[in-house]
Amino acid sequence: MNTLILRTVAPFLTALMLLFSVFVLLRGHNEPGGGFIGGLIAASALAIYGIAFGVPAVRRAIRFHPMAIAGAGLLLATLSGLVSIVSGVPFMTGLWVYPVVFEVEVPLATVMSFDIGVYLVVVGAITSIALALEQEPGSDAEGGD
Amino acid sequence: MAANAPALTFFALFLPFLASVLAPFLTRRLGDRAAWVLAAAPALAFAHFCTFLPEIAAGEVVTGGYAWAPSFNLSFSWFLDGLSLTFALLITGIGTLIVVYSGGYMKGHEGQGRFMAFILAFMGAMLGLVVSDSFLMLFVYWELTSITSFLLIGFDHEREAARRAALQALVVTGGGGLCLLAGLVFLWNITGVTQLSLLVHLGDGLRQSPFYLATLLLVLAGAFTKSAQFPFHFWLPNAMEAPTPVSAYLHSATMVKAGVYLLMRLNPVMGQTPAWMILLPFFGGITLIAGTFLAVRQTDLKLMLAYTTMASLGLLVMLTGFGSAHAVEAAVLYLVAHSLFKGALFMVAGTVDHEAGTRDVTKLGGLRAAMPVTFGAALLAALSMGGLPLFFGFLAKEEIYAALATGNPRAVFFTGLAVIGNALMFAIAFAVALKPFLGPHVETPKHAHEGPVTLWLGPVVLSVLGLAAALFSGLAHRYVSSPMASAITTQKIVIDISTMPHLGVPLLLSVITVLLGALAFWRLTDLRALMVRAVESLGPGPDRGFDHFVSGLVRLSGAVTRLVQPGRLEIYITATFILLAVTLLVPPFLFGELPAMPMWPKQLLVQEAAFFAIAVIGLIAVLRAKDRLTAIVSLGIQGFAVAVIFLLFGAPDLSFTQFMVETLSVVILALVMTRLRLSPRDHRPLGQTLFDGTIAVACGLGFTLLLLKSTEAPFDTLLTDFFNAYSKTVAHGANVVNVIIVDFRGTDTLGEIAVVMVTALAVLALIRVRAGKKVADDKMETRR
Repeated sequence: MNTLILRTVAPFLTALMLLFSVFVLLRGHNEPGGGFIGGLIAASALAIYGIAFGVPAVRRAIRFHPMAIAGAGLLLATLSGLVSIVSGVPFMTGLWVYPVVFEVEVPLATVMSFDIGVYLVVVGAITSIALALEQEPGSDAEGGD
Repeated sequence: MAANAPALTFFALFLPFLASVLAPFLTRRLGDRAAWVLAAAPALAFAHFCTFLPEIAAGEVVTGGYAWAPSFNLSFSWFLDGLSLTFALLITGIGTLIVVYSGGYMKGHEGQGRFMAFILAFMGAMLGLVVSDSFLMLFVYWELTSITSFLLIGFDHEREAARRAALQALVVTGGGGLCLLAGLVFLWNITGVTQLSLLVHLGDGLRQSPFYLATLLLVLAGAFTKSAQFPFHFWLPNAMEAPTPVSAYLHSATMVKAGVYLLMRLNPVMGQTPAWMILLPFFGGITLIAGTFLAVRQTDLKLMLAYTTMASLGLLVMLTGFGSAHAVEAAVLYLVAHSLFKGALFMVAGTVDHEAGTRDVTKLGGLRAAMPVTFGAALLAALSMGGLPLFFGFLAKEEIYAALATGNPRAVFFTGLAVIGNALMFAIAFAVALKPFLGPHVETPKHAHEGPVTLWLGPVVLSVLGLAAALFSGLAHRYVSSPMASAITTQKIVIDISTMPHLGVPLLLSVITVLLGALAFWRLTDLRALMVRAVESLGPGPDRGFDHFVSGLVRLSGAVTRLVQPGRLEIYITATFILLAVTLLVPPFLFGELPAMPMWPKQLLVQEAAFFAIAVIGLIAVLRAKDRLTAIVSLGIQGFAVAVIFLLFGAPDLSFTQFMVETLSVVILALVMTRLRLSPRDHRPLGQTLFDGTIAVACGLGFTLLLLKSTEAPFDTLLTDFFNAYSKTVAHGANVVNVIIVDFRGTDTLGEIAVVMVTALAVLALIRVRAGKKVADDKMETRR
């Protein structure tokens, strides 16, 4: 599968898919999409990159260990739920703010950061499984950390 | 009474545990002198409980407690009446002496701190048990005494016998505890209350309940195992492997009486029925006779005492179940007397063992000159145990005979048992108290001399109390015996028996008992030989039976594990899917819930039909694939077709996710394939293929039927309407699916992503383990 065509296309394809995954994640609140789907898209983007250039390249590209990404996502999701406690409403109540940036009203919410947490967990978890499987069974090199 | 009395009581209940935690540190700093400091804990608790005496004697009941889990109607609450107060005083009072005694007995032992910690923890558990009001608290403390007893019996854990005895005690009493739990749940279900203090008034309803007998049997299983009743008696003599303070405290004065306590506590609610009045005296009587006969056989001081303890417990159970208020009075007196004299005698046995180096009665003699104080204490305790006038044991025995000797055949039978039992106990008492001290001096392994004050204080105080309680019987009855008997029978009882012998049947029976006992003591050696022969001719007892039971259990669980956990993935998967098919298929056929034949859709668009066709083609491709990789990719065809069908029928989110999941599962499955280095082709024989195929078709059919059936029901739009109405207005999102995921049911999602995360960790660990253990696995493979 490691052909010249794939190796040429893969960086662009991965970049586009990652961008698309973020797009899907952010639009999810009003149109089809969301953290789960976005995360799956991002995971397949990284899988393509891995197939083309090998595991070490992916590990270098994402900088953090995928499990750390998943952990950060879980933490973010939990904290998003906990924010509501400060405001004196039950756990996991969605809270919204509408700051105006450059004369554009940007709706921000704890549900959004929660969804980003979901996205990170899905990317991290699936990528770590895929990378561990892709890695040559003999080599013990766990780059990236 | 001070306003903060509940807090003080709570503190008193907690004090032994506190001392238990401090014990190792104190012992490290102060050595054996720490015992004096630690003894302050039970002494303070004892003093605190003494302040309740006037109140309880006046017929009042002290309750208190704190809410624990109010939503489950659970509370940490205590309940002090005559019965629990007497027990609390015995536990803390004897406990104080035992802690002091342990200081002397364990002096210089490296595990002294540990020992003190265990025995104080036990004390806290036992104290909690007798004052508990709520069922759950009672059960927790009940099991806690079993656990601390396990730790104490197995204290000398480097000896095999101690380990076995500890485990045996834990299995028997812990198992009984589980029966008790079931019994308590029954009680709760029948009466609807979870507190002993409320249960007392609900006896009539309970006795008429159809579950009465089951409840009784379960409670008795708990009480009989704890109180070493035949046929569960065998753990008690084995428990003598524990250091002597433990035997004196747990296995004669307190823990083994927990079963008797429970029976006495439940007497007003469960007593006075034929079952109660048959089972209790019957098993109690057998235990009494078996215990005394087995005691005669022994030459070890502790074992002789252990078997008489078992006999005494039998006597107590027999009296509790006999069914008259008189018998209860007798049980009360005997229980108090027994705790005093048996605790003292055990400590004497320990002191003799400690100072002379042996506790074999045939190798001891003439110690009276060397150990005069110990001898005095032993003599006083034995006089009480033998039931001679001027001692509390005498009062108890008079009351026993007065209660039993009522003339009917049943009473005559049990009177006979009591006379034989008491006579043999008389013989044992003097064998323990006189044989080591009188007669010509016998050379012992250690040069015997009087022990330090810590070793004789306990026996002296307890044996003198046995005398004082009888001399000042009015006081003892007013504050201890009468309130306790009243609590057990729930009627006002005044005990007035004194040391002045009254002419009558009881006194005559006492005289017979003493004469028989003296005869037995005189011919003890012959009697012992006779018993040894008799027991040998009976064959193996329940102690062997326990070993067979345990080894049988181990073999059975091994066989079951090998059967259901063969370690082959194929078998697990086959079993899972067979079960799935059965669950899906059997109920519809069994209950006639099969769906109606689906109608052919009137309008089937071309593209819809095309994607259905692609899905079917994908499946055919899977079945016809030459190698595994092709099969996996072909499975993807079917998955994508389904995703498109979702899209066509208006579920874009679902379809999206399905696309991604399909893609990633093909990638990951292919990776796993290369990783596992399976043979590229599937080489199942035809029979196996047909079998697996049948299971697959059955599962598919089951799901089809389930889906058809569930779509047959009219669609309830309640939730759809709710989410459509509120997702925009409340959660500011137009995509209902996503709003549900991140907002309405956000906590569910949080749980799900946590599961995803943990699953990934587990998968990662499995992959790494396989990579690391490759060599070891190969070795295992070749060994098989």
